[in-house]
Amino acid sequence: MSERFVNPAINAVPPSAIRRFFDVAATMKDAISLGVGEPDFVTPFPVRNSAIDSLLDGETSYTTNAGILPLREEISTYLKTRYRLDYSPASEILVTVGASEAVDIAMRALVRPGDEVLIPEPCYISYQACTLFAGGKPVFVPTYAEDGFELRAEELEQRISPKTRAVVLSYPNNPTGGVMPLEKLRKAAEVIKRHDLFVICDEIYSELSYDDFTQESIASLPGMRERSMVISGFSKAFAMTGFRLGYLCAPEPIVAAVSRIHQYTIMCASRQSQVASYNALKQGRENGYEEIRRMRDSYDRRRRLTHQAFLDMGLECFEPKGAFYMFPSIRKTGLSSTEFCDRLLREKHVVTVPGSAFGPSGEGHIRCCYATATEKLLEAFARMSDFLQDL
Amino acid sequence: MNGKEKQVLDMLNEDCRIPLEKMAVMMGMEIREVAEIIDSLEKQRVILCYRPVINWDKAERNVVEAMIEVKVTPQRDFGFDAVAKRINSFEEVRSLYLMSGAYDLLIQVAAPTLKELAQFVSERLSPLETVTGTSTSFVLKRYKQDGVVFDAPDQDRRLSVSP
Repeated sequence: MSERFVNPAINAVPPSAIRRFFDVAATMKDAISLGVGEPDFVTPFPVRNSAIDSLLDGETSYTTNAGILPLREEISTYLKTRYRLDYSPASEILVTVGASEAVDIAMRALVRPGDEVLIPEPCYISYQACTLFAGGKPVFVPTYAEDGFELRAEELEQRISPKTRAVVLSYPNNPTGGVMPLEKLRKAAEVIKRHDLFVICDEIYSELSYDDFTQESIASLPGMRERSMVISGFSKAFAMTGFRLGYLCAPEPIVAAVSRIHQYTIMCASRQSQVASYNALKQGRENGYEEIRRMRDSYDRRRRLTHQAFLDMGLECFEPKGAFYMFPSIRKTGLSSTEFCDRLLREKHVVTVPGSAFGPSGEGHIRCCYATATEKLLEAFARMSDFLQDL
Repeated sequence: MNGKEKQVLDMLNEDCRIPLEKMAVMMGMEIREVAEIIDSLEKQRVILCYRPVINWDKAERNVVEAMIEVKVTPQRDFGFDAVAKRINSFEEVRSLYLMSGAYDLLIQVAAPTLKELAQFVSERLSPLETVTGTSTSFVLKRYKQDGVVFDAPDQDRRLSVSP
């Protein structure tokens, strides 16, 4: 009865396709989940402790809209030393409630009704939804397993229209684990400059790359800074998902615009999360980012194990160089990715996510997160292997 | 010790039951190479043994454990090593450490009964001529050992599915 009060534009955005897997898995005690999208490490103790200290010290008030200055200064130093990005802590950095808020307010600040946003897919599910919430039109750009899901500049260019406003780039990528090598990034940057587009770069997984690959930021390429927004946060590299802390960096006029939305809707991110994140960066700077290295090394070992496991099962799977996801092809089974995940969950109690949830190019694949204890991974692989043999 | 040896040690320290071929895949090495490294670490006695951490309460076996702080007179030319060697030879002794601070040696002992443990202290340890004093504290409950928390619930608090 009350449905008539809901804005039809919101109803037009489909609910997340992965929710029902969560509901089914919740009924199974022995389910092993490869469906998570977050680290399996607890936030390092000193970082947690700094949030506790902040509470005990009575730091319970609002912070400035942009976030506490010491945190913005640490973010600025971190980006300069790790990614050759130069943003002023005073006017070009905004601390947000997770990278998710940053994506939302970026779309709302940049996209006009009817504007098109190019979204390479498969990709994180929020870009499409946030574009729609902002009144824009998402235009998917396919990427391919045979390219390691790297973006082809020509595919991007083919989809540019007079209404195209912005491009979303997210590498290392969720759900594929794919990365963008520098030469591909340069080609994409040339297209973006040629058509005078803006880029929203979600770099939340940038610390998690393997085999000596380092993901460069497109914003660091010549002529790109003025047309780029870098979004990142503490969830993945620092294992701080529950703190909900992210940030965005862009030239001052852009940050001023997104800050206007942020100040009216959010006011500021949690002070304790800001203090904890400040300490995570400060300690990282002082100890050479030892915690990140330790966690990344652990993911890397499990990445190799998982990749080999899928090859042993006879599934095609490119070896991803980033994030903590594996995106094997299940086409040879003849099942759709949703059918595959549905049956695997019901018959073997292993949770995976259908690739189609992340865009049409994800069909025929499943997303498996390997940020899970090794013994659980081995058990999950054994069950998947049985499942494939029974098909 | 080289980087690969350190990697192997780290992995074994985390879980020494991972099959060799899986370890090799995880570290990007050949199985033969991993086996050789482990063999070498064992021969060098860097790796001494592989043992489980057991919750004896659940195994329904009675074990009385105690920590004994021991003061000793160091011996000329041998320091504490000679007495440590002597104490090592007692089968009740699980661990033995030379300590800084108010006492010299810390002994972790275990015996099937309180009586046997008391006998160890009064009849075997204290009579050693270099031992000048002991202070025995009994273990009432073990919460954590070798980094393993006893009776910990499944610590994975993550949602089973998230985007």
